[in-house]
Amino acid sequence: MEAMTEQLGEHRYEPVIGLEIHVQLATRTKMFCGCKLSFGDPPNTNTCPVCLGHPGTLPVVNAQAVHFALMVAEALGCEIAPRSIFHRKNYFYPDLPKGYQISQYDIPIARNGELGGVRIHRAHLEEDAAKLVHAGASGRIHGAEASIVDFNRGGTPLIEIVTEPDIRSAAQAAEWGRLLRATLKATGVSDVNMEEGSLRIDGNISIRPVGQAEFGTKTELKNMNSFRFLERGLDAEIARQTEIVKGGGQVEQETLHFDPTTGSLSSLRSKEEAHDYRYFPEPDLVAIAPTEAMLEKASADLPELPTARAERFERDHLLPTDQAHLLAFRGELGDYFEEALASGGDGGGDLDPTALANWVTSELVARIGDTEPQDSNVEPAALAQLVGLVSSKTISRDAGKEVLDVLAESGGEPAAIVEERGLAMQGADELSEIVDRALEANPQAVEQFKEGKGKAIGAIVGFVMRETKGRADGGEVNRLIREKIGS
Amino acid sequence: MSELLDLTGAQAAEKIKAGELDPAELFDFYRDRAAEEDLNAYLWLPDEGQRPEFKTDAPLAGVPLAIKDLFCTEGVPSTAGSRILEGYRPPYTATAVENLQSAGAAMLGKTNMDEFAMGSSNENSGYGPVKNPWNHDYVPGGSSGGSAAAVAAGLAPWAIGTDTGGSIRQPASLCGIVGLKPTYGSVSRYGMIAFASSLDQCGPLTRDVTDAALLYRHMVGQDPCDSTSLKHPETIEIPTAERLDGKRFGVPPELTGEGVEPGVQEVFQQTLRLIEELGGELVDIALPHSTYGISAYYVIAPAEASANLARYDGVRYGMRTVADDLTAQYEMTRHDGFGPEVKRRIMLGTYALSSGYYDAYYGNAQRVRTKIAEDFTNAFEQVDLIVTPTSPTVAFKLGEKTDDPLAMYLNDALTVPMPLAGIPAISIPGGLSEDLPVGIQLAGPAFSENRIFEAAYALERAIGWDPPEAPWKR
Amino acid sequence: MIDRDQVLHVAKLARLKLTDDEVERMSGELSTILDHIETIGELDLADVAPTSHVVQLENVLREDVPRPCLPREKALEQAPDATAEGFRVPSPAAHA
Repeated sequence: MEAMTEQLGEHRYEPVIGLEIHVQLATRTKMFCGCKLSFGDPPNTNTCPVCLGHPGTLPVVNAQAVHFALMVAEALGCEIAPRSIFHRKNYFYPDLPKGYQISQYDIPIARNGELGGVRIHRAHLEEDAAKLVHAGASGRIHGAEASIVDFNRGGTPLIEIVTEPDIRSAAQAAEWGRLLRATLKATGVSDVNMEEGSLRIDGNISIRPVGQAEFGTKTELKNMNSFRFLERGLDAEIARQTEIVKGGGQVEQETLHFDPTTGSLSSLRSKEEAHDYRYFPEPDLVAIAPTEAMLEKASADLPELPTARAERFERDHLLPTDQAHLLAFRGELGDYFEEALASGGDGGGDLDPTALANWVTSELVARIGDTEPQDSNVEPAALAQLVGLVSSKTISRDAGKEVLDVLAESGGEPAAIVEERGLAMQGADELSEIVDRALEANPQAVEQFKEGKGKAIGAIVGFVMRETKGRADGGEVNRLIREKIGS
Repeated sequence: MSELLDLTGAQAAEKIKAGELDPAELFDFYRDRAAEEDLNAYLWLPDEGQRPEFKTDAPLAGVPLAIKDLFCTEGVPSTAGSRILEGYRPPYTATAVENLQSAGAAMLGKTNMDEFAMGSSNENSGYGPVKNPWNHDYVPGGSSGGSAAAVAAGLAPWAIGTDTGGSIRQPASLCGIVGLKPTYGSVSRYGMIAFASSLDQCGPLTRDVTDAALLYRHMVGQDPCDSTSLKHPETIEIPTAERLDGKRFGVPPELTGEGVEPGVQEVFQQTLRLIEELGGELVDIALPHSTYGISAYYVIAPAEASANLARYDGVRYGMRTVADDLTAQYEMTRHDGFGPEVKRRIMLGTYALSSGYYDAYYGNAQRVRTKIAEDFTNAFEQVDLIVTPTSPTVAFKLGEKTDDPLAMYLNDALTVPMPLAGIPAISIPGGLSEDLPVGIQLAGPAFSENRIFEAAYALERAIGWDPPEAPWKR
Repeated sequence: MIDRDQVLHVAKLARLKLTDDEVERMSGELSTILDHIETIGELDLADVAPTSHVVQLENVLREDVPRPCLPREKALEQAPDATAEGFRVPSPAAHA
């Protein structure tokens, strides 16, 4: 990815971006208590004395959350700490019932990884805060506005992933974010849905003269809930910082919010003026020291990840890079492709993976939209058969699209549909005979073509297409006509 | 009626099982005595006629038990001695209490205490001080002052309390009863309102060592709700030893010399003679870092407490001072709800953890802790138990030390090293000085409670503690 | 040793309102206590590992199996100020 640089005076400036990602884990229960996780339930219906922070309560670590953390650590190529501990991060806010968050500080569970050319600084486990909802008209306290706290979300297990500031443009940030999302989705540890909040991305951005080692002052951009907004927000902030530096000013450290509807950045009131979290080791929890068995299970439960899968598609199936990526990064498409490929096609001849990939990523996707391919009416074996029929020139590509329309609508078997609708292209002899008749029927066109008017062939082709009800392969017709005319 | 008063918890349980005693009668007897008391030992008692279930077949047979108000008891007020939890009725019960109730203990009432277990005199309660039954002008010790006073005055056959820096042992010493701080982790902390998480433990306050062993046996257990709890490797036995032959007792100069007042020293020395008479061997040992115990303790405990008490903010339970903005609500609620000692410790703890000070204070205190634990490990290679006075002084007058927090803290000098190392220690009455009780402390390595009980039992027999003016006889 | 400004700063971190009297008293009391605590400085602790846990336990984990939650009324019952749905607080952004 090329760094985007801005010319400013004698300096060229480059953006320096690091991302901080919070991933809500798809465990059944919360990080430190047995309350179930379920989004969208009525407020305060999934709570207990522990996640409400009642006096005398104590946390107990969710084994599955640790398992997921080990999986993520491996998926991101991290070093796993032989022993990691929890810390208390102390501050006051209504969404934090204990007045501290149990997190990890200087000894996180994972460190020093890499994904898609971006280094991972660390990954650690922590608990999510509760939700503050503005009370609106229904609640004012002594004339002041009120909020309602809903503790359902409080205590949800989170993995926080922090990258090194290796990203050099907003576009790269968005693309890398998509790679991270696809990778995490493949592991199954989270729904990674940005709109629902199970994947949250904050960015740290600064700019510096190209070639300078020191970083400029960074700002933080929070809560962008799509990759498009992430990219736009980062671009906006880069532009803002560039303006400041151009004008001879200093970038101030602050936390910002990007409003995608207006495209503007605004400063967020910080939760604490003094970010003194007074971290100390959590005395109520003991260390996590992953055993051989725990590490093996994490490895065993990791499926093939997108980057590896894309590489395999390129290598083993000779798919072009962009097709390989498309299929690898959307797991369900990749699965569908592989299932179709395995079924062999039996439309005649070997199934060409690239041709199949093309049909999956363009024609199939166009017809089924957001539905998962496995849930569509098009069976993988059916698509494979269809692709085979087209490749072997049994039917034309256009006819193929027609068959796919039918499959998408109501399922079925391509061969049967071709038969039913008489979509089969003519055999070579039959076509040859029709071309002969076409030439007989259009002597003027033949003459004109012989004289060099290339467009005259159109009338002859048209005759053939009418005779074959459009099912002939246009290229083949063209070829036969020319062959027979003798030019 | 006074026959009932004569029965220890174990004796009462036996009589109930033998069908010779009606648990309801025993319960009402104690409840009525408690209701009329003027020591301010209780914060909550059931109404007349309101009795719990009596499990006469269970080991504790329905014998009534007083419970320090630091324990959450479902539906029953649990204030931790603080106004900030006035009216709080927990939605659950502490595991240690549940264990005892399953074993047949009948909850008699909730006892008064220093607020959030912070104190050594029970003068820090949000609900008024507790008086020492031996002399009502004197403090009973703290923070389990209510439980200790209740047992000493015959307002309960036995009680449970909590000990972080000495809060069971020191009031036991000042009130002339037995108190055990067990090995850290041997009893679940789930439901114990937290003061200092890495130090807090709960334990029995009883008239004699046998009762303490019996209660402790039914408190221990690994609890899935407490990640720091473990299964005790031994079954807790009721002690029977009559002598101390072959037992080596370490006497550390750091905890038995300077600072111990003459009257206490005298009783302590008498006890040492007694140990030798019983066949025990006295060994000089050194615990060089124990003199820094107070310094380490008064960083670590307040630091952990400052975080543990952050949840008291008027949002989900407890007291709230209404204010227009959020920060003001937090600040005013906590100002109004917490007493001066709690505020002091929150401030101390917050300061010790704050940016720039962490390593010098908290970091170093945790290192001192390592050294203190090492000292004990080394000592226990030479001796089986360590013996010291429990408190440098006997009970002092109400109001005598309230203006001098540091002087108050120094009361804990002999008891703080053990929780810092996580090891168990018991206090048993050794004698009187100035007509006030003097306690003797026996400490052992982790999970050595059986060893401690045996030695304490033998010593207790030999001491023959039965002062004619004991409060439970009045 | 710990002056008025520091006391006010720490009180803010701890969300404790202190009256002027309290600030002054606190400053003196804390200074005295800290003086005593600082005797730790006499020790050479450079090579000593800090103790954060006295129990030698590791990997105390809980199976990911749901346990019963509190009925909402019970969860809200103790709150000083609650609606039928949740706990009410002054909005963090709002000012008096």
